[in-house]
Amino acid sequence: MGKNLAEKILQRYCSEEIKKPGQIVPCRVSLVLANDITAPLAIDSFRKMGATKVFDTAKIALVCDHFTPNKDIASAEQVKKVRLFAREMGIVHYFEGGNSGVEHALLPELGLVGPGDVVIGADSHTCTYGGLGAFATGMGSTDIAAAMALGETWFKVPETIRVNIHGDLGRYTTAKDLILNLIGRIKVDGALYKAIEFSGPILERLDTEARMTMANMAIEAGGKAGLFPSDQITVEYCREHGRKEADLLKSDDDAAYALNLDMDVSGMAPQVACPHLPDNVHSVEDLEEIRVDQVVLGSCTNGRISDLREAAQIIRNNKVDQNVRFIVIPATPGIYSQALEEGLLEIFMRAGAVIGPPTCGPCLGGHMGILAAGEKCLATTNRNFKGRMGSLESEVYLGSPYVAAATAVAGRIIHPERL
Amino acid sequence: MHFQGKANKVGDHIDTDAIIPARCLVTTDPFELGQNCMAGLETDWIKRVSPGDLMVAGKNFGCGSSREHAPIAILGAGIPAVIAHSFARIFYRNGFNMGLVLLELGEKVEQISDGDRLEVKALEGEIFNHSTGATIHSLPVPEFMAEILARGGLINYVREKVG
Ligand code: SF4
Repeated sequence: MGKNLAEKILQRYCSEEIKKPGQIVPCRVSLVLANDITAPLAIDSFRKMGATKVFDTAKIALVCDHFTPNKDIASAEQVKKVRLFAREMGIVHYFEGGNSGVEHALLPELGLVGPGDVVIGADSHTCTYGGLGAFATGMGSTDIAAAMALGETWFKVPETIRVNIHGDLGRYTTAKDLILNLIGRIKVDGALYKAIEFSGPILERLDTEARMTMANMAIEAGGKAGLFPSDQITVEYCREHGRKEADLLKSDDDAAYALNLDMDVSGMAPQVACPHLPDNVHSVEDLEEIRVDQVVLGSCTNGRISDLREAAQIIRNNKVDQNVRFIVIPATPGIYSQALEEGLLEIFMRAGAVIGPPTCGPCLGGHMGILAAGEKCLATTNRNFKGRMGSLESEVYLGSPYVAAATAVAGRIIHPERL
Repeated sequence: MHFQGKANKVGDHIDTDAIIPARCLVTTDPFELGQNCMAGLETDWIKRVSPGDLMVAGKNFGCGSSREHAPIAILGAGIPAVIAHSFARIFYRNGFNMGLVLLELGEKVEQISDGDRLEVKALEGEIFNHSTGATIHSLPVPEFMAEILARGGLINYVREKVG
């Protein structure tokens, strides 16, 4: 019996033979990640474990991105703790201030993750790197502390759902719409404990950034990982981002899957997830008139340069509705300067947007765009749980950069075509 | 691994933002986190809990972020175990790592109502409902997880390896 993608990648880092899903196996890791919220707990656990040094100073990434630039004294103390630990341990990949950005946009951009890697992070959206063909998954701080000390962890080999995606993409239909549609179908626990492997002819139409957008939201269906095979598109991305080696990886023809899903995306309109779960997904055309107070373009889902470009296409020569706060947050300093160079930031500013520094910011209700009771926001982020962006009585809708930009202009959720 | 307490029921898909909202994540102190346990579900939820109470939840409990603050907040609120239809994956790992007992019941979770008095034998996976007189069996705790629990969590488990 052949191996699917998850099994293949895990096998590269595991000395035991991987035979079937459900097997619990020890596994080495290529990179261990934590952020300013989860690293402080990991550091506590690391010390309590009696560890005095990390397994490899170049295989740990500590990214201060959630409440940064530090929003208050408590968050400043947390970052300080992470900084001091990074110095003490000699950790090479420590990010804060001008070199920091949203972790899952930052690490691929710097070539720190690539196909065939096994990456674990104390952040649920670590699964983003599946867009590059890495087996990447989120864990808690103490699991991460153990891996920082030992360079290994354990996995239950997941079952895999394979999604075969085909058809023609509409003018304004993007990777975000595909993943929202999938979550709407299989629901927030549809991939619980499982990996999702994306396949089919549509892959040729998706660049690496688009693939990362989709892998990013695997967790919103409960998934352990969202995986893309690595192909020429991946190899090209890696080369451009300073990574010399990039293996081509795909599942074996006779690999086993828990479920095979078929998705024909022809004629699919942009999708929107309505409050308060990411699986409450509707076609934008079916939504009644919904006025919004705020639009957020950013995050590890859709804060990359391609997302900014798409939004700018819509914003160009338009004005943001006077009742809307349009907040644009390039996910990393690299994306920020690229957007500056291409004139995108000027387009946003002239239209009346607010541009924030690279941070998670409002995505998790941290800062820089918190909602009051009764307010509604359309965001390109990945979660719309109750209270996620502020008041328990506020509402978050999730959509693509095209829909976000069109909504900012119209003041209500709208199909970009109808602007 | 033997608990007795009142069942506090919550619904399906209780996410980590409901268990402990992001604005409360500027600390790692269990007591402080415990004071805000379930603050994203309902203001002052914690007021209805007495130490030793158990939480009983629906499907996919703990979905969302990887924040370990979630099981810590539950433990900090004085709740030693969560019984649910099912758990989200990261939360499941985190719970055991922190020494929070998690029991999965599937549909049988319906046999427990809010306020029922429960007696739980965690490692045996046995729950006695004093309010109804019924005994309910949970899915077995995976051997590896039981081993971590027996050592009081992952920290002690790794300490033996590091030392
Ligand atoms: S951008 Fe949002 S989802 Fe992504 S890592 Fe930051 S808080 Fe999490």
